[in-house]
Amino acid sequence: MLTIFTELADRITFSLFGLAPHSKLGGAVHFFIEDTAKIFFLLVVMIYFIALIRASLNIEKVRDYLAGKNRFIGYFMGSIFGAITPFCSCSSIPVFLGFTSGGIPVGITMSFLLTSPLINEVAVLLLLSLVGWEITLIYVLVGMGVGIMGGLFLDLIHAERLLQSFALKAYQSAKPTVSKDTRRPTLSFRERHQFAKQELLDILSRVWKWIFIGVGLGAALHGFVPVSWIEANLGSGRWWSVPLAVLLGIPLYSNATGVIPVMESLIAKGLPIGTTLAFCMSTVAASFPEFILLKQVMTWRLLVIIFALLLASFTVVGWTLNAIHFN
Amino acid sequence: MKEIKVLGSGCSKCIKTAEFIKSVAAERNIPVNVVKETSPEVIMSYGVMSTPAVVVDDILMHSGSIPDRKKVESWLK
Repeated sequence: MLTIFTELADRITFSLFGLAPHSKLGGAVHFFIEDTAKIFFLLVVMIYFIALIRASLNIEKVRDYLAGKNRFIGYFMGSIFGAITPFCSCSSIPVFLGFTSGGIPVGITMSFLLTSPLINEVAVLLLLSLVGWEITLIYVLVGMGVGIMGGLFLDLIHAERLLQSFALKAYQSAKPTVSKDTRRPTLSFRERHQFAKQELLDILSRVWKWIFIGVGLGAALHGFVPVSWIEANLGSGRWWSVPLAVLLGIPLYSNATGVIPVMESLIAKGLPIGTTLAFCMSTVAASFPEFILLKQVMTWRLLVIIFALLLASFTVVGWTLNAIHFN
Repeated sequence: MKEIKVLGSGCSKCIKTAEFIKSVAAERNIPVNVVKETSPEVIMSYGVMSTPAVVVDDILMHSGSIPDRKKVESWLK
């Protein structure tokens, strides 16, 4: 079904613009048109339908579910909820405090917060349509793995000691929340439609510019960077390319939607899968603006620990995947 | 005069919510005092996890989205 976007791009690039199919510019323009058209189409359709289903899930329910769960189930479920709950970085602080004051351990909360930017329905969908199910599966497993292990580690070092004092106090004085009536009346279709429409507009207004930037970069890579250059300079034999990719990802700040087209292009150019994933996850999850937000509830020491933890795990994941893939 | 607090740490929807409430109140000539509350500690004290949230005369009325006109009007009565 998605071949219509290839045909559309063929028409516009080669017939309308008259670019040669094998020229660099032709390749780049074709990539750009095909991917932007495909991505916007998929986003509109999928965000709407997923939001229809998700209309009755709210963050209070997630908290009630996570409170008082066995720790190990907690990390796992925290990560799952992180993946399926819509999330905007501007609500990370209230969510963090809401969970903490509900007595949920910091590690479980962080499993939720670390997984959330990495995996969401939009990212999974784009991965499926642009790079295939194998890489999608690896991406999801790695993203959840980083969230779960990160949470586990933070509880092992008793990260709650490193919260800002008011947050620590709220955690210690937490009573098991007796859920105030979180049941909502069952939603009518009209209410669901209203919710889905708002979600769609909200998400599109946040991500559209990332799509253009991401696809633009992907297209430039696709058209102008030769495969041989990537293989020779960043191929799997070069162990340092993984940490380098992670470091490069830090100042580049994007969300998953923008980085996936770049990923598509990098993989097609022969960049090893581990290096590619390390780069993409670092771009999405390790970004300064979002970390600075967390300063309101954490001490610098804890922030540095979490940041270092992310960088280390992306590097290890990159090396591991490269090793599995190429031996 | 009604005291209305909009809770939220600086997201664009929070600013829109505060402005929307002000404009509805102005239309109907109802005096209100709308303030934006960004302190995480205060937001936590109302038990709010999704912003923007609206507190009218110290009672939490709404959270998680820009409220619709009907809701805002009902608070101003």
